[in-house]
Amino acid sequence: MSSTNEDHVSNGTMPDDGIMRAADGTPLKQRLAKALRREKLRSFLLIAPLLLFILLTFVAPIADMLFRSVENNIVEDTIPRTVEALAQWDPEYDQLPDEAVFKALHDDLQIAVAERIHTRLGSRLNYESSGMSGLFRKTGRRIKRMDEGDYKAQFIAADKDWGDLETWRVIRRFSAPYTAGYFLSAADAERTSEGIELKPENERVYLMLFGRTLTMSIAITISCLLLGFPIAYLLAHLPLKTSNMLMILVLLPFWTSLLVRTSAWKVLLQQQGVINDFLVWIRLIDDANRLVMINNQTGTIIAMTHILLPFMILPLFSVMKTIAPYYVRAAKSLGANDWTAFWRVYFPQTVPGIGAGAILVFILSIGYYITPELVGGTSGIFISNRIAYHISSSLNWGLAAALGTILLALVMLLFYLYDKIVGIDNVKLG
Amino acid sequence: MSALPPYASKTQIAWHYTFRAICGLIFFFLIFPIIVIVPLSFNAEDFFTFTPKMLALDPEGYSFKHYQDFFTNPDWQQALYNSITIAPVATLLATAFGTLAAIGLSQSHVPFKSAIMAILISPMIVPLIISAAGMYFFYSRIGLQGTYLGVVMAHAALGTPFVIITVTATLVGFDRSLTRASASMGADPVRTFFKVQMPLIIPGVVSGALFAFITSFDEVVVVLFLGSASQKTLPWQMFTGLREQISPTILAVATLMVAISIVLLTVLELLRRRSERLRGLTPG
Amino acid sequence: MKMKTLLMAAAASVAFTVPVTSEELEPCDNCADEMTIVSWGGAYSNSQIKAYSEPYSALTGVKIVNDESSNEAVAKLRAMNEAGNVTWDVVDVVASDAIRLCDEGLAEVIDPDSDLAAAPDGTPASEDFGDLLVSECFIPQIVYSTTFGYRSDVAEWNGKEPTDICAVFDLENFPGKRSLEKRPINNLEWALLCDGVAKDDVYNVLETEEGVAQALAKLATIKDQVVWWSAGAETPQLLADGEVVMGSTYNGRLFSVIEEQDQPVKMLWDAQVFDLDGWIIPTGLSEERLNRAKHYVKFATDTQRLADQAKYISYGPARQSSAPLVGKHAELGIEMGPHMPTDPANAKNTFLYNYEWWADNRDDLDAKFQAWLAQ
Repeated sequence: MSSTNEDHVSNGTMPDDGIMRAADGTPLKQRLAKALRREKLRSFLLIAPLLLFILLTFVAPIADMLFRSVENNIVEDTIPRTVEALAQWDPEYDQLPDEAVFKALHDDLQIAVAERIHTRLGSRLNYESSGMSGLFRKTGRRIKRMDEGDYKAQFIAADKDWGDLETWRVIRRFSAPYTAGYFLSAADAERTSEGIELKPENERVYLMLFGRTLTMSIAITISCLLLGFPIAYLLAHLPLKTSNMLMILVLLPFWTSLLVRTSAWKVLLQQQGVINDFLVWIRLIDDANRLVMINNQTGTIIAMTHILLPFMILPLFSVMKTIAPYYVRAAKSLGANDWTAFWRVYFPQTVPGIGAGAILVFILSIGYYITPELVGGTSGIFISNRIAYHISSSLNWGLAAALGTILLALVMLLFYLYDKIVGIDNVKLG
Repeated sequence: MSALPPYASKTQIAWHYTFRAICGLIFFFLIFPIIVIVPLSFNAEDFFTFTPKMLALDPEGYSFKHYQDFFTNPDWQQALYNSITIAPVATLLATAFGTLAAIGLSQSHVPFKSAIMAILISPMIVPLIISAAGMYFFYSRIGLQGTYLGVVMAHAALGTPFVIITVTATLVGFDRSLTRASASMGADPVRTFFKVQMPLIIPGVVSGALFAFITSFDEVVVVLFLGSASQKTLPWQMFTGLREQISPTILAVATLMVAISIVLLTVLELLRRRSERLRGLTPG
Repeated sequence: MKMKTLLMAAAASVAFTVPVTSEELEPCDNCADEMTIVSWGGAYSNSQIKAYSEPYSALTGVKIVNDESSNEAVAKLRAMNEAGNVTWDVVDVVASDAIRLCDEGLAEVIDPDSDLAAAPDGTPASEDFGDLLVSECFIPQIVYSTTFGYRSDVAEWNGKEPTDICAVFDLENFPGKRSLEKRPINNLEWALLCDGVAKDDVYNVLETEEGVAQALAKLATIKDQVVWWSAGAETPQLLADGEVVMGSTYNGRLFSVIEEQDQPVKMLWDAQVFDLDGWIIPTGLSEERLNRAKHYVKFATDTQRLADQAKYISYGPARQSSAPLVGKHAELGIEMGPHMPTDPANAKNTFLYNYEWWADNRDDLDAKFQAWLAQ
């Protein structure tokens, strides 16, 4: 400290302007700002590697995928001349495009067929209007044999659909580099000449699947709550030693592989499985009428309730731990019976825990894939299974991306709620 | 709840025991599926249910053949090898990045703190199928699809949120005056970190690492999309097994994995106790 | 060297096998020394490894990595192609996938006479394979069939056993769960056949909206009794566990349930649908890798190798010249001839699957079928 005084003395020129100064004479405000900047820089340098890593390995891939839900370059890339020529054509006008468009299409297809990319375009347009895939494939086989001149007649001879106004309207409508088509499909709607309308009833899937995903997630959340609440209550009110022991029964499933637990449920729920065998053995059901508990919604709900139950118990438990016992005692001493004391005094205090657990379970369950895939059959599957199907089987990646975007938006909304109610910082594990 | 008062009424006594019975049933529901696979994995037959011989406790009803299959079948061995080469590296990456970031985030003045936190936590929140699909397309484009590095990076990304959460939790209770005391006694920041901060946050780091490890070790959706046959992990092999040739070897693997979970759980519990003792929260 | 001797000894012990020596195999110039072969996994991959890959590695020293992603081959090849990073060298796919990959420019065009081996008597490959060369990119390997297996011990059937395909839709006489593949192909055709449509009219009927509705309506009569599968190994497992009483799958999978695992299951060959499986070589390979892939394929589809595969699995070789060489099962020692889908006793009533029709209509019907399934 003495050096400070010496500085003062030797400096001697310290202006007396009422500004607080640090030892070396720089204004304190400046020094503090500098220190703050340094601290910010340090924390930034500590965070930067991970932030960069996550942005690169995680956020960028997801953004890239979401972009696929609107991207539609394929039409312009495959048949550029046709797209240009079609721009002149008025789809409202009840006449087929003129010969120039057919010639452009011929030139485009000749190149596309040589590069073997025309069927991809057909598949793309088939998502919007069925029959397009076959049309492009069939025409592709004929294109080499077409003569010069009167392409219109030759195309219509190759496939009569080229004489259909609707075919051209579809190409025209989806020739822009961006499209809302995938999102419409994801909502079971389509854009026809008459505007946006719902698809025919026998082709509607996604609204129903989203609905099912939500209702089953709600069912799972409710059953987790019903089973989790008593356990959390018991654990929070037992002496520490006992509750620690019993906690292991909650944590062991939590730490056990998802696939292990799913296999276990498969073994238990099968028609020739352990539960059915047991029920037959105690003569509750007879051998011919074994219960069907797997490959349907029941299987998914049972298995997922088991898998997600710890995520309900743990937040409930930590909230119940903090509830002071005086309130219930006070209520009772004021004449409340057990039920009133519990319901009017204790229960309201557990609501934050219920909120946290319920949202957590709900978020996790609407995105589930593995368990529904293995025990859900066809009636117990979720929207995630559909996304996977479109990625690896039907190859409709745009639709998969659109469905994924909707699901992600839903999860983000719930996560926002979770952050508001619980706060991300307060997430506890184990 | 813990004990009935001597003046409890008959209904109270009845409810007390009913409640315990209900809880007992729920605990049974939680633990039974995990327990049941253990004896079934020793089934001498290729069935998934108890044979009469097993129920009669006849030693002939039991055998190690499914374990033998696991340890001799090249598919399972390859899967085991892949799992134990992928998970530790992913864990290391996740723990290193995650711990640094958690320390950075715990400073008092971090610009855009909540936005950064949201991004860093997102791998835990985004449904796995979406992460998997995104990575599948993106990693294909940069040549990482079907490579060891690709899977490791993806798993590390999925594991970091757990590290951040556990380390942040230990830092929340961290007493700032300790670093100040250390500094005032002449220790430089690096020394302070290793001598003062590190021992206190180490339980958080280790439990975060365990979470990251189990995330990678159990992960199947991302590796299904991102990996090729040479990255086939244990969960992947189990998944295809469950969907296709459902052999009881799966139950043997499952039993071994339960054993691993028990080990991890024990380590974690010991760490938690140590951490609480160090921070003087509860008497150990 | 030791490996090779062992293999030769093993090969020589089986009837009709002519061991190949490295002198006979033409050398491969400018070829990669590592390759990734993609196939279906399970018993099928094993038969290929035994019959093709192990001898090939022993002769050439090439390191072969086996992948089992044939199920998602089209999706993965498309993603790899889009990214310009193809990591597979030879891919085993069914004919309809091969047509699709070829159409999209994802598979190399093959010239059968120069790229494939001629038969031992000099018949060129194009003639030896004949009609089975359904696409210019497709190198046929086996003929398989999708057919039904049923449990022979179902008490509720009172001793009756299914004799024709329509038993699948007959819940009265043959109650119990059935397993069907989770896709429209084959199921729609079977449904129409059992709904009074003549065999030759099936595709004409399916071409119309009403025809599709008719087929789905027929399937709807058993919908709540169906377990839908997506991998060929599911039906055999479900049959063995008694979870279903009958189910469709590939005939080779049923063979292993019946003969190798000795389960009470029988084959219902009626209205079996023939299909082909074979190799394609992806486009976008470097020259060395392409050379290696072609060299492998030429070896793996010669007359002897195709006949060898039938020792491990009951699928018919795609070459005419291989048929007389098909011998006994390598481990069970039973004659494989009667287990081939093409055996006259089994092929009394077969259904021909129309590749071109399905290639044109697959996208449409897939969407409709999946929507119907989800409802």
